[in-house]
Amino acid sequence: MELSLSKEDAAFRDEVRAFIAENYPKAMRVPNPETDLTKEQMLLWHRLLHKRGWIAPLWPKEHGGPGWSITQRFLFEQETSRAGTLPPLAFSVTMVGPVIYTFGNETQKKRFLPRILSGEDWWCQGYSEPGSGSDLASVRTKAVRDGDHYVVNGHKTWTTLAQHADWIFCLVRTDTAAKPQAGISFLLIDMKSPGVTVRPIITIDGSHEVNDVFLENVRVPVQNLIGEENKGWTYAKFLLGNERTSMAGIGRSTRYLKRLKQIVQTEIAEDDPAFTEFVKEIARVELDVLALEATELRVIAQMSRGIDPGPAASLFKIRGTEIFQRITDLTHQAVGNYGLAIREHPFSANHFMPGPDYGHTASEKYLNSRKLSIYGGSNEIQRNIIAKAVLGL
Amino acid sequence: MDIQLTEEQELLRSSVQRLLRDRYDFDTRRKIVATDEGWSRAHWKAFAELGLCAAPFAESTGGLGGGPLATMIVMREFGRNLVVEPFLETVVLAGGLIEDVGSEAQREAFLPDIMAGESIWALAWAEGRSRYDFDNIATTARHQGDTYVLSGTKAAVLGAPWADKLIVSARTSGGPRDHNGVSLFAVNRHAANLHLQGFKTIDGRRAAEVALMNVQVPASQLLGTEGEGVAALEACRDRAIAALCAEAVGAMTELNAATLEYSKTRKQFGATLGSFQVLQHRMVDMFIALEESISLTQHLNLSLSAGEPHGSRLASGAKTKVGYAARFIAEQAIQLHGGMGMSDELNVGHYFKRIASINVQFGDPTYHLMRFAQHEQSKVTSDDVRKAASNQR
Repeated sequence: MELSLSKEDAAFRDEVRAFIAENYPKAMRVPNPETDLTKEQMLLWHRLLHKRGWIAPLWPKEHGGPGWSITQRFLFEQETSRAGTLPPLAFSVTMVGPVIYTFGNETQKKRFLPRILSGEDWWCQGYSEPGSGSDLASVRTKAVRDGDHYVVNGHKTWTTLAQHADWIFCLVRTDTAAKPQAGISFLLIDMKSPGVTVRPIITIDGSHEVNDVFLENVRVPVQNLIGEENKGWTYAKFLLGNERTSMAGIGRSTRYLKRLKQIVQTEIAEDDPAFTEFVKEIARVELDVLALEATELRVIAQMSRGIDPGPAASLFKIRGTEIFQRITDLTHQAVGNYGLAIREHPFSANHFMPGPDYGHTASEKYLNSRKLSIYGGSNEIQRNIIAKAVLGL
Repeated sequence: MDIQLTEEQELLRSSVQRLLRDRYDFDTRRKIVATDEGWSRAHWKAFAELGLCAAPFAESTGGLGGGPLATMIVMREFGRNLVVEPFLETVVLAGGLIEDVGSEAQREAFLPDIMAGESIWALAWAEGRSRYDFDNIATTARHQGDTYVLSGTKAAVLGAPWADKLIVSARTSGGPRDHNGVSLFAVNRHAANLHLQGFKTIDGRRAAEVALMNVQVPASQLLGTEGEGVAALEACRDRAIAALCAEAVGAMTELNAATLEYSKTRKQFGATLGSFQVLQHRMVDMFIALEESISLTQHLNLSLSAGEPHGSRLASGAKTKVGYAARFIAEQAIQLHGGMGMSDELNVGHYFKRIASINVQFGDPTYHLMRFAQHEQSKVTSDDVRKAASNQR
């Protein structure tokens, strides 16, 4: 399914396509890019995009964005995701960057934005806590003012790729007496500060993506406060809005569906009743993808005409994640007996893994993708958002 | 892709809306359905006077040149108002076939009356054992001098009791299930040896079993090339599906609005239904199902307008996905209305019945799921499979 494109937009799409084909690093084509790459490998593509001026599609031109139209942004997203490139670190470029250029002061913009664009600084997100998952307003990590510093104490968790991070942006409580949303501030903390400890959390797929981050008497200069004290909730919500854009994941789902079809064709005989069952299930998912893709294109067309899409991002998040979870589930079923095996982490080509290559990541993907309906505001929270904003309930 | 209606299309939509609002409320519709004939010639005249019956046809044949998008606009409004008059049968099916495969003489003979609202048509393709396959028919047409002699029984012909003319499919050569050898004929509904047994349908319409016992049809009434009726019917089905999806979207729109409205006023346990989260989330899923259906329906109608390849695969996909979505919404609308949803007095059950009927017309969602899945475009190439198979240790 294609957007109907002007000549210029079509030329732009071809340019993006060619750039990816010529430049995407071979070192990043590993069985599971999300878990198998070192920090340096992950940054290879980031640096190439930075050099090309394409690292931050969402950003305004004055801060280093490419100045693309909504259609161009969509095309870039579509081409990169169809080609299976690893998206640049969202916590840096998509999340904290826009908060800094929207709510930060001049000094903060000058200090942080260029290093985000270049990839010199790696950011992680200090939102969730052991007692605060979807209910973010209940954060308990405390920041107490002491002269020119805040003294921060608390425990952040599910912090993705904190093991690589130079900085963490945190929601901290600066007013314990105020209503939950009113006493929160948005603080930038150097991960090298004394009192910051990172402890790995191994998830059910065996990989190390997320971490606990402990903050013990960490002294943070007041210059690292974003905006006003106790206004952090506003900035946090702004950021979550960005987080949920483009979670439809059409390109990724399409690629994984094609691979699923290959596996079914190769593994299961056509006269096996299971074959027909798979064919039906796959067709169902394919139609789900088609309907979501048509919806995404409809929203893009509306946005280009200046129509506010409302909480479309919530719809994309719900359906996009449900679809991808279903694909990983079917893929795990399709590999049959070898679905019992799982790769060891950290990944090494020396470990023995039985069965065909195409099945090697089926187990871990199936397990890992359970997270999709939980993070970024669980799918139940997304339904609450639509119920309130669209249905007026 | 979102359709931005042209001025003409917007005018078409608002005039249909106005006419139905003024003259086709639910009570009027109930009275129409309860008459002996079961439809309203006066309303049909009004539709024709508004230009609806001429809207989709090409200007070269005397139509208004609106194409599939005009049909989509009309059918959506008809779906919202549960219009029973045979617009689909006369304009979309018969009119479409005549425009598509009819000779110059046939177009001139038939189309002006259709556009003026002077003649009613029905399409007799199904048979007792054909299920949804156009080629699985036993009715025969023997060429005898200047006539064809038709024998057989056509099943569940919607609108036949109202029709002046029928388009009948019959085998002129080949055996059961041969793709070639089926031909189409324009048959006078009052022809000698043609017998109708009328019955009511679940959605308040009228249909008939049509028995043809050596019915003589002049050779000039052969529609399209002899033996190529299946291809003509397949193209006709694509157009019918596009129209039925739009009608379903109209019905779903009303069901969602009615359910939401009811949930905001109906109280149980001292609270409105809409305050219960389990019902909020259900209604969000109904909202998403409708949004996706709108997107796919628009996408299909745009593809047919542009004559894009694989439109038929997309039609099957839309029939499936919109069919599932409509069934889900209709069932939940009754469920959330509680006992009231079961009452014949309320319009909710009547939308439910129309949707149940749409899901049977031209193939149910399961039939089209398999048709979508077995389309060449849905399959991975043998090259892909070889690649996957060789991808083994």
